[in-house]
Amino acid sequence: MHSFAYRLNTLLTFSLLLLAVLCGAASFLDAFNSPLAASSSHVQASAQVLKVNRFRRQLNGADEVGLTFNVSLDVQPLFTWNTKQVFVFLAAEYETPKNALNQISLWDHIILDKDQAKFQTKVTTKYPLIDQGSNLRGRKVDLILHWHVMPKTGRMIRDKLHLSDFHLPEAYT
Amino acid sequence: MGWLADSLDSIRTLQIRHVLTQVVSLGMIVTSALIIWKGLMCVTGSESPVVVVLSGSMEPGFKRGDILFLHMSTDPIRAGEIVVFNVDGREIPIVHRVHERQDTGEVDILTKGDNNFGDDRLLYAHGQLWLQRHHIMGRAVGFLPYVGWVTIIMTEKPIIKYLLIGALGLLVITSKE
Repeated sequence: MHSFAYRLNTLLTFSLLLLAVLCGAASFLDAFNSPLAASSSHVQASAQVLKVNRFRRQLNGADEVGLTFNVSLDVQPLFTWNTKQVFVFLAAEYETPKNALNQISLWDHIILDKDQAKFQTKVTTKYPLIDQGSNLRGRKVDLILHWHVMPKTGRMIRDKLHLSDFHLPEAYT
Repeated sequence: MGWLADSLDSIRTLQIRHVLTQVVSLGMIVTSALIIWKGLMCVTGSESPVVVVLSGSMEPGFKRGDILFLHMSTDPIRAGEIVVFNVDGREIPIVHRVHERQDTGEVDILTKGDNNFGDDRLLYAHGQLWLQRHHIMGRAVGFLPYVGWVTIIMTEKPIIKYLLIGALGLLVITSKE
């Protein structure tokens, strides 16, 4: 009646069910935590542009900018027991007559540990700021910090914080 | 292997009504799996609500064999979201993060894998600079580690798939209520 196969089947089914319930519970408990993680007031950050290293028009007519800036951030409150990593990136966001919203990532960083979630550093743009046309001269650009909390299991949480804005020079370098 | 002999014995002594019951229950299993899949498609709005990560280009966030749950809504896609997209001429969809986004009436998107040095222009079709909305299959909202290994193993070693299906079928047919 209770053959080997029957027992094996029951054992497998039960353990899979248990795992599924655990994963579900982890996500459910995260839901209580996400208002905190998603609220910008818990994240401390600032960024200032120090220098425009490069500002030119490419051969295809697209403006290209390289920057040096200071970043300081503290995303420690985002870490919980179910956090595998926090992906942070600094995006330049601006408006042009043709495009309602341009978001371009300038610098990103993966934080794996709560101890490394608070730092200050001077960086150059990892990825150049390239426009789709030549609209960048004198343009106001917002620097926005985005973060993406990636869990060990469950729901992923994203949010952003406006840090500062600056104006690009009127002339190419 | 006493249970195997028992199983074979029970197949021999099956009655027609019993066989029909088993066929119906087998059909129920297949159809309920189909219902769940199609239902998920309706709820999430994505043509493929669950995907398995196949490459290490998003490590350490996503590893090979992890499962992602996708959602596709009418909300515009923003930088920082992780999307699954199809490139013309490539069969396997790619999971990467939105790196740049330009709103030109229709949204232009450039993606990049967290673990890759450069953006994805080299992966796109020849001469393609941007992804548009119709390339996107969905954005990743949920994450489940390791479970996708089951499908990876089954696709790479089909013999295991056939063994598993055979064993399950035998179990369903020979099981006594």
